[in-house]
Amino acid sequence: MEITELLEIVTVSRHFDDFVALDKVSLHIEAGEFFTLLGPSGCGKTTLLRLIAGFDQPDGGDILLDGKTILAAPPERRPLHTIFQNYALFPHMTVAENIAFPLRMAGIAKKEIQARVAEALDDVRLPDKARQYPDALSGGQKQRIAIARALVNRPRLLLLDEPLSALDAKLREQMQIELINLQKDIGITFIYVTHDQGEALALSHRIAVMDCGKIVQVDVPERLYGVPNSRFVADFIGKCNLLEGRVREQQGDSVIVELDGLGPVHVCRSETKFAAGSRCALTLRPEKIRIAAAIVNSADDESHFTGHVHDLLYLGDVTVYIVTLANGLLLEALLANSASGRTNFFEVGDQVEVAWSCDAGHLVLD
Amino acid sequence: MQGKSWSKYLLSLPPMAYLLIFFAAPTLIMLFASFRYPGEYGGLAPWYLQENGRITLDLTLENWQRLLCTDIYIRLFIKSIGYAVAATLICMVMGYPLALMIARSGRKSRDLLLLLVILPFWSNFLVRIYAWMIIFSPVGALTRMLNGVLDLFGVGPVTLMYSPTAMLVCLVYVHLPFMVLPLYANLEKHDLDLLDAAQDLGAGKWRRFWLITWPLSLSGVIAGSILVFIPVLGMFAIPDLLGGTDGIMIGNVIKQQFMESRDWPFGSVLSMVLTVTAVAVVLLGSRLGQRR
Amino acid sequence: MQRKNVLLWISAALVYLFLYLPLVIVVVFSFNDSRLNAEWVGFTWKWYGKLFHNQEMLTAAMNSLIIAGVSAAVATVLGTLAGLAMEQSRQRLLQMLVLAPIAMPEILMGVSLLVLFIMVNMTLGLLSIMLAHITFCIGFVALAVQARISSMDPGLVEAARDLGASPWRCFREITLPLLMPGILAGALMAFTLSIDDFVITFFTAGVGSSTLPLQIYSMVKIAVTPEVNAVSTLLMLLTLVVITVASRLSPAVFRGE
Repeated sequence: MEITELLEIVTVSRHFDDFVALDKVSLHIEAGEFFTLLGPSGCGKTTLLRLIAGFDQPDGGDILLDGKTILAAPPERRPLHTIFQNYALFPHMTVAENIAFPLRMAGIAKKEIQARVAEALDDVRLPDKARQYPDALSGGQKQRIAIARALVNRPRLLLLDEPLSALDAKLREQMQIELINLQKDIGITFIYVTHDQGEALALSHRIAVMDCGKIVQVDVPERLYGVPNSRFVADFIGKCNLLEGRVREQQGDSVIVELDGLGPVHVCRSETKFAAGSRCALTLRPEKIRIAAAIVNSADDESHFTGHVHDLLYLGDVTVYIVTLANGLLLEALLANSASGRTNFFEVGDQVEVAWSCDAGHLVLD
Repeated sequence: MQGKSWSKYLLSLPPMAYLLIFFAAPTLIMLFASFRYPGEYGGLAPWYLQENGRITLDLTLENWQRLLCTDIYIRLFIKSIGYAVAATLICMVMGYPLALMIARSGRKSRDLLLLLVILPFWSNFLVRIYAWMIIFSPVGALTRMLNGVLDLFGVGPVTLMYSPTAMLVCLVYVHLPFMVLPLYANLEKHDLDLLDAAQDLGAGKWRRFWLITWPLSLSGVIAGSILVFIPVLGMFAIPDLLGGTDGIMIGNVIKQQFMESRDWPFGSVLSMVLTVTAVAVVLLGSRLGQRR
Repeated sequence: MQRKNVLLWISAALVYLFLYLPLVIVVVFSFNDSRLNAEWVGFTWKWYGKLFHNQEMLTAAMNSLIIAGVSAAVATVLGTLAGLAMEQSRQRLLQMLVLAPIAMPEILMGVSLLVLFIMVNMTLGLLSIMLAHITFCIGFVALAVQARISSMDPGLVEAARDLGASPWRCFREITLPLLMPGILAGALMAFTLSIDDFVITFFTAGVGSSTLPLQIYSMVKIAVTPEVNAVSTLLMLLTLVVITVASRLSPAVFRGE
C-alpha cells in the first residue's frame, strides 16, 4: 500500500490558562501538498504551526510524521523547517553563513557545505549576495534567503508563518507566484499559515479554515469559495451576501426556501438534506447576482427582486452596488465596467432589479 | 525652533561653560603641572623665574623621566591593569547569566528583578566596602569557619582581610551592576525568533548560545567591560581598606602623591597616564563595538 | 515563549545572594549588642542612640545634606539645559563634556579639581565640594532628561505650534510638563550621587567640611564598629527611598543607558 500521508494531527489540544487555543484538532496532510491554515488572528493557526515545529507541546493528542510520533523530538531534531514572519535571518552572519547554518548543525563537511550553499543561492537567483549581511537585503531578497536557508538540507516539510505579511502588495503578488512555482519544482510539502483569504485561495492545494481553536472546513479552494459549509466560512472567504430564511420543502437536490420578508426562492443542486422548517441562510456571492434596470429574458429557475441603489463604489474594473430590497435587506452586487464611460451606470436612488439563478446560491444551516 | 542658531547656544552655553571650567580646564592644568617642579612644601613650584626683570619658563621633563627610569611604576600599572582585567572577567562570568535571566523573564517581573540589581549599586560605596570588611574580618564567621576546616587538614590559619583576594571580591561586588545593566539592555532587544530559527535549523542549547546569543551580545559585553574596567583601574579606596600591602593599585599611589608625599607634578604624571589609558580603552571599545 | 532554564536561574539566584548578603549583614549587626561584628549577641538600639549624640557625625550629616541639596539643584538646571541642547542639535563638544566626567575614573576628577582649587587660592570647604559635585552630576541629569525627550512624541510639539503656541509657550505648556518626570528623576539621582560620593569629596574637602562618607571612611580606617553599621543602615534607607521614587518617575533611566 502506498503511503502518501505525510503528517497526521490527531485530536491535538492546547490551552493557555483558561484560553483554549486548540480544541481537539485533527488533520491529514499529504506528501507534496501546499496546505494552508487560514483564519482570523487568535484562531489557533500559529499555535498549531508551533506545535508541529516543536516550539510548544500540546496538552493532548499526537502529531505523527510518516506514521511515527514526533512529539518527543525537540525542534532541532525534527526534519522540518520554519519560515518566520520576519524571516529571522541571523544579523551577524553573512547570507552564505546563514544558509550554511543548518548544514553546519548537521555536521556536513566544509567542502560540501560550500557547494550546497552556492547551489541554494543559485536556486533563489541571488548568487552575488553571498557575502552580504541580511541588513543590506530588500524584503523580497530576505524572503528568498530565508527560504534558501530552510530548504538547503531538504526537510520533509516546510512551515511558513505569514511569510508575506511584511511585504508590500505588489511584491507580495510576485512572491506568491514564486512560492507556487518553487513548491511545484522541489515537491516539498508546505504548510502555510495566513489570515489573508485571497492569498490562501491563490496559493493552496487545500485549505483548513480555523476559528476559535477549531477546524471549520477543510477543502480545495474552489469548494471553500463555492460551497462553504457554514456562515463563518461563507463570510470569511470572499465577499458574501447572507439571506436569512427557513426551509419549506426539499425534493432531491432541489430546495424551496422561504426568505424572510422576500418570499420563496428555488435553490437547486443542494448536497445536504434539510429538515423542513429549519432555519438557514442563503449565501450569494456578489458576482453571481445580475443587476439591471429591468430583467429581460428571465429564466424559469431564476429568482428576481426589485430594489433601489443605496450606495455604489466605482472600483475601476467593476462597480459595487449596494441595493436595498423590499425587506430592508442590503444586497451587494457587482457589475463589470466592460463599456467605457458611464454607460450602464446606475445612480443612488435608481430603481433596479436583481436576479440570480437557482444554482448561484448555496444553503448553510444555522 | 529650527533655524535660530542662537537659541541652541543659549541652552548649551551654561552647562558647557561650567564643564569647561571645572572639567576640561583642570585636566589641562594637570597636564601642565606634570611638567612643573614640586613646591618646597608640597604642591607646585612657580612655572616661571624672574631674573633681572626677565621672565623665563621653569619647566622640566624630570617627572616623566622618573616614571620611566625605574620599573616600579610601570609594574604597578601592569599589576593594576591585571586586577582590572580580572575584576572585569569575573563580573562578566557572574553578570551574564543574571542579565540573561532577567532579559528572558516575563515583562512584569523584569522591572523588579532589574531594580534588585540596581539597589545595591545605589547604596553607599563605602558601606559596600565596609560590608566586606565585616565578612573578611579575622573574628568574622567566614574566617573562623575556613580556618576550622583548614585546621582539620593540618594547615595553618589564614587571614582573608588585607589580601588581593579580598580586594578582588570587593572590586567585583561594587562594579557588578555596571556589567549587568548594559548586558541586559542588549539581551533584552534580541529577537527571540532567531533562537527559534536556530533551533529549527538544528542547533542545540549550547550552540544556540555560542552561535547566536553570544555574538549578538558582544556590543553589550564590550560596553559592560569598559564600565567595569575603567573605574576599577583608578580605584584607591578598596585597595586602601581591603588590599593590604600586596593589593596596591595605581590609584593608591596617585592619592599618596597628592595627599601624603605632596609631590603634585609626579602625581600629575601618573594621573595623565591613567587618563590616556582610560581614553584609549574607551576608544578601543567603541571601535570594537562599531564593527559588530 | 518563556525559556525556563534551571541552571540559569540557580546561577542568577546565587548572584542576587552575593549582592544582598553583605548588605543584610551590615543591617543586622547594626542592631547587635556587641562591639564585635562577629556573632549575634542580642538586640539593641544603642548604636543608633550613640550616633545621635556624636556631634561630629551630626555635623557631617548636615554638611552632606546641604552639599547634596545645593549640588542637585544647580546640576539639575545645568543638566536639563544640556539634555535639551543635546537632543536639539548634535553638538559634539557638549556631548563629550557631559559624558566624559561619567566615563573617567573618579580619582582623576578629584585630583584635577584639587589642583585647580589650590591654584586659584580657594579654601577647600563646602563650596569646593559643591562645585566638584555639580561637575559630575550634570551628566547624569542630562542623560535622564535626554532619555525622556527621546521617548517623547515629536508630533506633540508640532501639534502645539500648529495650534498657535509660540515656541516659548510650547516649551512651557508642552515640553516642560512632559519632561518633568525625567528632570525629577535626574534631580533625585544627583542628590543620591552627591550624598554618596566619597572619592571626589576626599580630594576636595577641607578642614571642618567632613561629609558622612568621609566620616565613615575615617572611622573604618581605625576600626570596624557597630556605629558604622548604624549610620550605614540609615544611609541605605535614605538611598532606597530616593531611588525607588526616582525609578518610578523615570524607569527608562535605570535600564542601563
